[in-house]
Amino acid sequence: MPTFAQQVADLRGYLLKYARLQLRNETWAEDAVSEVMLAALAKPQAFARRSQLKTWLVGILKHKVVDALRLQGREIASAGLAADETEDPLEHIVFQADGHFAELPADWGNPEQEIQQRQFFDILEACTQHLPAAQARLFLMREWLELDSEEICKTLDLTPTNLYVQLHRARGRLRECLDLNWYGKASAA
Amino acid sequence: MKLLRRSCKQVAALLLAREDRDLPWADRCALRLHLLACDACPRFERQLLHMRNAMRQWRNYTTAEDAESTD
Repeated sequence: MPTFAQQVADLRGYLLKYARLQLRNETWAEDAVSEVMLAALAKPQAFARRSQLKTWLVGILKHKVVDALRLQGREIASAGLAADETEDPLEHIVFQADGHFAELPADWGNPEQEIQQRQFFDILEACTQHLPAAQARLFLMREWLELDSEEICKTLDLTPTNLYVQLHRARGRLRECLDLNWYGKASAA
Repeated sequence: MKLLRRSCKQVAALLLAREDRDLPWADRCALRLHLLACDACPRFERQLLHMRNAMRQWRNYTTAEDAESTD
């Protein structure tokens, strides 16, 4: 039976994967995960086995990631989040000049269906990984850290308009990526 | 009625915006009218619903014990 410290250490790679996905900076991700490990090892009694170890550690990681985003907020806001008035080039692919869809959006099936295949999550993570770093951070702050818009704007010193533009683009790109790499392939099979 | 008329591109933008904030009354009306009369936009709306559910399930997956523990 591995010791508590060994079990925590075994999950380091897993935690690092999500820290990297959210923070998009190797140093910040390493620091956040190191702090999770230290916090867990300093107070093992806090893990009362009410949940799985992984669930508990991911919960701590989310707090550490928010701390890192707050700490680096100024740097994040100045890198790629300046007000951008230009249109997303993706829109020229999805829509015709008259505002109609270039192609009828594909039928992705029943949206209420539970996802059974782990590969879907691999594709989802890969699509998120391919988003521009600034968009990915904001999108995951909303969707993974579950922060509300006001909190994100406060953390990164962003205007709501700027946040909504970036989230709009992130969702649009993610939709396109999933359509190409998952749903499109499923309907072609 | 003309005020409520929107293109598919504008409606898609409203549907995306709706994921993150409440829409003004006029936009909600325009959206509802357009979705009743359009073939393409309801499909886009369902795709966004798919994504919303997928993100919820992914959040759960990241803490699930059977998720991959190594890179």
